[in-house]
Amino acid sequence: MGNLLYNYEEATALILFSIGFVTLLFHRNMIRKLIGMNIMDSGIYLFLASMGYIYDRRAPIVEGGDTNPVNYINPVPASLVLTGIVVSVSVTAVMLSLAVRLYERYHTLNLDEIYAMSRRRAEHR
Amino acid sequence: MTPELTEILKISLLVLLVVAAVASSVMKKLVPALIVFTSFSLVMSVIWMLLESPDLAITEAAVGAGVSGVLFYMALKRMERIKREYIEKDGKAAPENDGEEDGCDNNETKG
Amino acid sequence: MKLKDDFKKWLSYDLDLDEEPTMPEPIEFDDEAPEITIWHRLRQQGAHRKLYYVVAVICSAVLAFTLILTVSGMPRYGEDAEFMDTVTYEYLAHGMEYTGAVNIVSGIILEYRAFDTLGESFVLFCAVTCVLVLLRLDDEADSSAPSYHDLTHDIVLRRTARAIIPLIFVFGIYVLLNGHLSPGGGFSGGAVLGAGIILLSSAYGEEASGKFVTERTFRIVTTSALLFYCVGKSYTFYTGANGIETFIGNGRPGDILSAGLILPLNVAVGLVVACTMYGIYRMFKERRF
Repeated sequence: MGNLLYNYEEATALILFSIGFVTLLFHRNMIRKLIGMNIMDSGIYLFLASMGYIYDRRAPIVEGGDTNPVNYINPVPASLVLTGIVVSVSVTAVMLSLAVRLYERYHTLNLDEIYAMSRRRAEHR
Repeated sequence: MTPELTEILKISLLVLLVVAAVASSVMKKLVPALIVFTSFSLVMSVIWMLLESPDLAITEAAVGAGVSGVLFYMALKRMERIKREYIEKDGKAAPENDGEEDGCDNNETKG
Repeated sequence: MKLKDDFKKWLSYDLDLDEEPTMPEPIEFDDEAPEITIWHRLRQQGAHRKLYYVVAVICSAVLAFTLILTVSGMPRYGEDAEFMDTVTYEYLAHGMEYTGAVNIVSGIILEYRAFDTLGESFVLFCAVTCVLVLLRLDDEADSSAPSYHDLTHDIVLRRTARAIIPLIFVFGIYVLLNGHLSPGGGFSGGAVLGAGIILLSSAYGEEASGKFVTERTFRIVTTSALLFYCVGKSYTFYTGANGIETFIGNGRPGDILSAGLILPLNVAVGLVVACTMYGIYRMFKERRF
């Protein structure tokens, strides 16, 4: 088992990733796939940012001129995740607009039907 | 707060996170699933605060509920999946499909 | 007073506004319809669909098991001293005197790793361009537009928005300007500002938010913010690589006008983020700006 019980936060982040992945695979509705992808993103960010946490230390904002690194948590993962959160919302926006355009053309949110209709359309050309 | 209380709070919030993720995946209707997804974002924001990163907490709170959730609702409305209008001109509500479920029909499949 | 009368009338459902609200009809359960569970659906699928489900379950189980194995082999959560490699030590110990920023995370993303932030701003700009390309309609007559419930006559939203929107804007500007002194920065402040403009646009219509964000403003602000970021950072890279003295000093840590270029860059990134959020909202609501 190793350190599994001590690393509960990373384990939860990976469970979230798996839940999002399963949601992405199992549903045929486009919106549910998007929800699954957002959950996957959040799981990855939680995993990354929990690597920087150290017990009994403060947030990386210098207080009182004290620049001793022993008192602060690791600031590097937090700065990487800050970019990621905003990128995740942009990707969601682009995919939602793609979903809107697909719905306008095929009038369904079911991906199987969209494949079938587009194949039939390509055959008829 | 004592360290043990912080640990208990963190563990219960993580359990709530997993429950919200599972719930928003298996719900049958779309609109309640999106509401649960917004609450997932809110719990995530509190967890960022417990991990001693206040920048991430502010960003996740503003982006998760304020922008991402609103975008989902706008897209659903534009795809005419939210049709319930409570106020109509002649006093009649017109609820046809209220947050329809999975885009496929129940009885007809393509095989 | 008119306000109190309106509120009392709204509380007691006694409205004589334009429209008359009605309660929706109660849902009647149909007991004769067959109950469709997931097993029925699975049985009606074809063979390839069942195979897909089985393989997907196996793949997900293998993935989850491998990930859990990896987690159990990692060092303990919250332990120190193995994580502090030389780069992190340098950032924490000499970050404040090198960048002048009290908030080390802001110092990292806008001074040590400024390329990543520039790339991220470009990703935001690309995203709003993609949404514009996909969703924009130029002709006025759009027959497939859904009928949005007109929220500008909703009294609860207007009164609440009137109270909250100034606070949101003040808070957003505060978070944006104090990125180097306290938690916040470009992304956080920009997201809060964007959410505030979205609320203003949905509560008071386009006339209110069109007063300070139009399409021309949007174009000018995003492109000039990104150009300013490129030019400012290139100047710093050039002088830093060649050992020339810059005229942008670091100031005293703790002042508002300190930390070199971090304050203007925060403002630039925040403006890009706010305009992106608002632009995407406008594209979804009506497919014009």
